Amino acid sequence: MLDDFFTRALIAGIGLALVTGPAGCFVVWRRLAYFGETIAHSALLGVAVAILLDVNFVFGILVCACAIVLVMFYLERSDTLPADTILGLLCHSSLAVGLVALAFFPNVRLNLHGLLFGDILGVSRFDLIVVWAGGAVALGVLWWLWRPLLAATVNVDLAAVAGLRPERTHLIFGFLVAAVIAVAIKIVGVLLIVALLVVPAATVRRFSTSPERMAVAATIVGVASVVGGLYSSATFDTPSGPSIVVTALVVFVITRILRPQQA
Amino acid sequence: MCLIGANGAGKTTCAKAVLGLIEISEGSIERAPSLEVGYVPQKLPFSPSLPLTVRRLMTLTGRFDDNVIDEALKSVGLDRLGDPPVTTLSGGELQRLLLARALAHRPDLLVLDEPDQGIDIAGADRLYNLIEQIRNDLGCGILLISHDLQRAMDVGDDVCVLVPYEHDVPTEDKARIPNSSSARTSASTP
Repeated sequence: MLDDFFTRALIAGIGLALVTGPAGCFVVWRRLAYFGETIAHSALLGVAVAILLDVNFVFGILVCACAIVLVMFYLERSDTLPADTILGLLCHSSLAVGLVALAFFPNVRLNLHGLLFGDILGVSRFDLIVVWAGGAVALGVLWWLWRPLLAATVNVDLAAVAGLRPERTHLIFGFLVAAVIAVAIKIVGVLLIVALLVVPAATVRRFSTSPERMAVAATIVGVASVVGGLYSSATFDTPSGPSIVVTALVVFVITRILRPQQA
Repeated sequence: MCLIGANGAGKTTCAKAVLGLIEISEGSIERAPSLEVGYVPQKLPFSPSLPLTVRRLMTLTGRFDDNVIDEALKSVGLDRLGDPPVTTLSGGELQRLLLARALAHRPDLLVLDEPDQGIDIAGADRLYNLIEQIRNDLGCGILLISHDLQRAMDVGDDVCVLVPYEHDVPTEDKARIPNSSSARTSASTP
């Protein structure tokens, strides 16, 4: 069954959507969309790091993304620049440094298109293991972190008084987003990964009466977008990653038309 | 204990230092190791993207039985409210809900930061009656921040007045005003 590239793509995409659903809700609640973009843009630098260390791309991207998270945390606390300026600085400078660094490896044939827009039809058995094992760990961390993270999202002081250590919680969630994005790059690419986090969560907000229900609903919409997107990409011979995002967008628009006012 | 003072005197800073939310540069804070603190912050802006209902907010920082939640909501008079989204509550209802949330933790010390802010006089009267009732029923210590001397005298057993540093220092030192440990403190009892 796993010999079929389409089946592998489906399994990888569904595995990813199971994590991006709940993680994406926190990205929306905590206004971290640009944070996600920054992590994603650092992926090219991560690829350069991976080539330099001669390790798997996912590992290089993960290491680089975690480093970006740490730098961001440090700058936010020690610098007076506004958060989005810091993100803009890191986002585009890491992309530029990554492109320059890659130019030093002229012998490496790099699928830049695949990095930017994803290559879900090219996922290997190894990629499947990375997505599902990484996804299971990410979901486990999110489960364990749920109450402190939600409390810190509502109010940092309330969380701190209750002994829930919001600073530590924020940092762990930063690493979690970094890991999710590192794994997802292969599937939807640098430029589209944030859509997979944000669009399902934005779609289901109006239908949700509790944070937990919103996370489950976002996961369902995410999985449906992956399945619908892959089948439509096979039917209409369109690129797979973008087709998944377009499907998610179509779901968003339809729900907005069906239910125009806030629940 | 009631903490009053003008804007910028360091009331909130002082309370946050007591809560352990900020580091102090001078002096010391002694705290019983098992002290359970309930905190009602001055403002709590809710993000409209996060769906939270009244009962879900109650369990934000801890897991409680339904009857504990019911009891806490009842003690602040919100038991007939049902379970609406928190974004639909009025300012007074929200303050009482935050108070109920803190009470569910069965605090030894309750810290309230200007709970009457943005509430009309009738609502504030009800809130202060409630606070007095809680003190009598639960016997917990209360640290109440207010800018209203009259109310502070009515409610507080002890009233502590924080005087802004700026009244008696040259202007170049004004940058240090938010620092509570440099605010001069004088206490008086009613």
